[in-house]
Amino acid sequence: MATTTEQATRTASTRTTPITPSFFKAMFAVVQKDLAAELRSRELLSAMLVFSMLVILIFNFALELEPDIRRKVTAGVLWATFAFAGTLGLNRSMAIEKDRGCMDGLLLAPVDRAAIYFGKVISNLAFMLIVEAIVLPMYGVLYGVNLFQPGLLGVILLGSIGYSSVGTLISTMTVQTRTRDVLLPILLFPIIIPVLLASVKASGGILSGAEFSEILTPLNLLIVYDVIFIAIAFMVFDFVVEE
Amino acid sequence: MQSKPLALTILDVVSIIVLAISAYLALFFAPTEAVMGQVQRVFYFHVGTAWVGLLGFLFAAITGIVYLVTKDLKWDRVEVAAVEVSLVFFFITIVLGSIWARPAWNTWWTWDPRLTTAAITELIYIAYFMLRQSIEDPERRARFGAVYTLLGGISAPITFMVIRLFRTIHPVVIGNQSAAAQGGFDMTSDMKVAFFFALFTFTVIFVDLFWHRIRLGDLQDKVEQLRLKVSM
Repeated sequence: MATTTEQATRTASTRTTPITPSFFKAMFAVVQKDLAAELRSRELLSAMLVFSMLVILIFNFALELEPDIRRKVTAGVLWATFAFAGTLGLNRSMAIEKDRGCMDGLLLAPVDRAAIYFGKVISNLAFMLIVEAIVLPMYGVLYGVNLFQPGLLGVILLGSIGYSSVGTLISTMTVQTRTRDVLLPILLFPIIIPVLLASVKASGGILSGAEFSEILTPLNLLIVYDVIFIAIAFMVFDFVVEE
Repeated sequence: MQSKPLALTILDVVSIIVLAISAYLALFFAPTEAVMGQVQRVFYFHVGTAWVGLLGFLFAAITGIVYLVTKDLKWDRVEVAAVEVSLVFFFITIVLGSIWARPAWNTWWTWDPRLTTAAITELIYIAYFMLRQSIEDPERRARFGAVYTLLGGISAPITFMVIRLFRTIHPVVIGNQSAAAQGGFDMTSDMKVAFFFALFTFTVIFVDLFWHRIRLGDLQDKVEQLRLKVSM
């Protein structure tokens, strides 16, 4: 009897206290699962990459990216590409969970649901960063700009964190709706606009060699957004997966 | 069938009366502004509708949280009512603002922080209704709706801050810093009367419509339950 109560309390404590060794274990298990599945199929990354290339190609003709125009719009083109490719990845990553009943399995696991959320955020972030790591040098070669600047990479990392933390939350909602992938960009983009604007602003500043004090404000807003929305998503994720 | 409460009927009548008074105050009583002329009179209703629009969105975010805590579908109906009524008022604000901006700023639209944030806010709440429409289960619809209004309510002020950053650094035709100069004016005491009365008027109208919408939601819910009962 005593052991059952003890066990019960132990399970209860793993459910309620988020920061325990098992929390990180569960989180990395989700990440590992996603990365392993992606490594085998490469469905998501190849789709995101080809799509990114196509978006850049379309921008090339739509904006007639000549050298003088290019300098001003590089940051905007890059972030628009990441945003569009990102929705593709988010949709796919959540649809896999839903279609094969994987989400139910995850939810049945006796771990904190925040661990599942952060696991998904990290794997979605990883996919985004991989795509960005390939798109950046490619854009650099195609248009003769050096995009490998530490400041720019930092901004891209911060922006991607904000994007995938909100994106994971919203895509978890949209996969459970009737219109699914159609709905994701419609719900996500108006909420994510601060991230895109601040990122474009900061990246543009870095690319045009502006002083650090000029970039500091958008950078601060980016950090503030990331912190606020990760906290909010952490609090409301339970409501989004509840059955 | 519950009949319409008497207080609501009275509020309907009061709304019409105060709207008539407010229209008189704005159109005739308030003096014509020296620089902009007659078009400045749009300002009274513009601010009035904007005020209740923001009030409703704020209210929606709060009721969203209350719903998530209490799980009572009543709060979901309140939330929908707040968003729906506010969406319409906010749209009126944007249209009235454009009517004013055409002569005052010489353009229907400019990407000023306020205007941009207003447009994005409208999009957020249109997306909110699209989200609701594609979920059948009422309980899940309520949960997702509450989460989304919360996200939207937090995102909109940050958007405002970020855009302000954009426009103050970049030179623009109609500068944000000179917004006060571009169509700003000092209100005379008669103007203030019309202004505050317009705020009061739209608050009354908002409460009236809000009440109607909540009542409609309740009735819809009742019809739904009766239908379920009949089909069983």
